[in-house]
Amino acid sequence: MTGTIEEIRGKTAGVKRPRAKMAPSATPETRPYWDAAADGRLSVQRCQACSHVYFYPRDFCPVCSSDLVEWIDCSGRATLHSYVIEHRPGPGFENDGPYVVAVVQLEEGPRMMTNVVGVEPLPENLPLDMELTVQFEPRGDMWVPVFAPAGASA
Amino acid sequence: MSGGVVIVGAAETDDIGTLPNHSTMRLHTEAARNALRDCGIDKSEVDGIAGVSMPGPISVAHSLGIEPRWVDTTSVGGTSFLTHVRHAVAALEAGHCSVVLITHGESGRSQVGAPRYTPDPASVVGQFEAPYGVTGPPSRFTVPFLRFMKETGTQARHLADVAVAQRKWAAMNPRAKFRDPITVDDVQNSPVIAWPFHLLECCLVTDGGGALVLTTEERAKDLDVAAVRVLGTGEGYEASGISMMEDFTTFKGFKNSAADAFRAAQMTPADIDHLMIYDAFAHLPLYGLEDLGFVGRGEAGEFVRAGHTSPGGSLPMNTNGGGLSYTHTGMYGMFAIMESVRQLRGTAPAQVAGVRTSLVQGNGGMFAAGSTLILAAAA
Ligand SMILES: [Zn+2]
Repeated sequence: MTGTIEEIRGKTAGVKRPRAKMAPSATPETRPYWDAAADGRLSVQRCQACSHVYFYPRDFCPVCSSDLVEWIDCSGRATLHSYVIEHRPGPGFENDGPYVVAVVQLEEGPRMMTNVVGVEPLPENLPLDMELTVQFEPRGDMWVPVFAPAGASA
Repeated sequence: MSGGVVIVGAAETDDIGTLPNHSTMRLHTEAARNALRDCGIDKSEVDGIAGVSMPGPISVAHSLGIEPRWVDTTSVGGTSFLTHVRHAVAALEAGHCSVVLITHGESGRSQVGAPRYTPDPASVVGQFEAPYGVTGPPSRFTVPFLRFMKETGTQARHLADVAVAQRKWAAMNPRAKFRDPITVDDVQNSPVIAWPFHLLECCLVTDGGGALVLTTEERAKDLDVAAVRVLGTGEGYEASGISMMEDFTTFKGFKNSAADAFRAAQMTPADIDHLMIYDAFAHLPLYGLEDLGFVGRGEAGEFVRAGHTSPGGSLPMNTNGGGLSYTHTGMYGMFAIMESVRQLRGTAPAQVAGVRTSLVQGNGGMFAAGSTLILAAAA
């Protein structure tokens, strides 16, 4: 948006100025996950000793404690495990209208919190176990995975 | 069996609700002084203190003029005070102290001298939950419920049944914030907060405080009070983030803590006359009734709808009106204990006849921590 301060004020009158959506801050053990996300890949960890696939990132296996863990790229397919439709928006979501806070189950096994996007947030559009596919949204300088109904165009 | 320790003092702040002239510290100290007055123990005899969050038990003790030689700052959310009772029982039995004061004060509504909760964006929850607009409990604590519904056959309407049942108790309690009778329609017509949850299925936000005094049965003999015995306690934990909960239909914090408390008390749910289950949101009593073993899987909603937890029912539950109708400062656990003590002493506003045993089930964080107390009336 360009123009004088008065012009900008005129254009934004009545619009609630959104704060920034909260951006994650990477730590050494989560850095590969966020680097992959910035590259458009959803990456989680698999234990080479017991084959357990897990999320959130840790540099050891939470099941068998092995240090031999590797990063794998997920298919991006997931199912809708549970959710709410948030009517009292958090910071940065003020102008989004109601939005879906969900936990999805990845095809590879782990579950994660996310938003379901690309669909009007109504219960009839959001049956549990519906199929979803990943896409990425910016949060500050970071990119976070969100999910849309499978087959919907991004 | 830990029958050797008793609750002798229990009192809330003079008022609860909206208290803009009370600092957080004042809520602690007023409740503490009321509880000491309640049991007739002089502050000079208090040598143990427990509390959570700011200003912290060392500050509270100093303000009151107490020199503790035992402190517990265990901070596990709204159930912390139940956990303090459990830890105080162990300390008193071990002889580490002789009189323990547990205080709660929270300026949840007016925010006078209150801590701010700001999520750390580098924490696990800050990285993997906060970016999705889940800054508050209404959009996190509630997420598992649709899965609970699908797996157990529970209906969204059962949330309203919980709110209606608890309002019936609140109607008999002059200190309750909300006392007007409500119907299922009233609940379902209240504003949607985080679908399927409506405003009247979410807890209040209030100011207030409460405090407990515990000592040995031996010391309590000289006091002119109806001492409440602590028969069994337990604690259990799950995960700091709601998305990490292993099974969205059952909470380990409820299940494991209650199992330990029943084992210690050598009791089963059939032995419990009166029940308090922490109700930050209306789904918690449904999880609690099932996880504690009072009903079978998928039966809690119908159990509440049939009136079993309402006045006149077989299992009176949340008889102060609960966090939904009575009060909820942010860490409600202290008020749940208070109501159990009142029921066991026979002094509750909505007194149930013949209460000899009471179970208090606390929740901390959002399905993160649980602790359980099984209490009994004086022998
Ligand atoms: Zn492993």
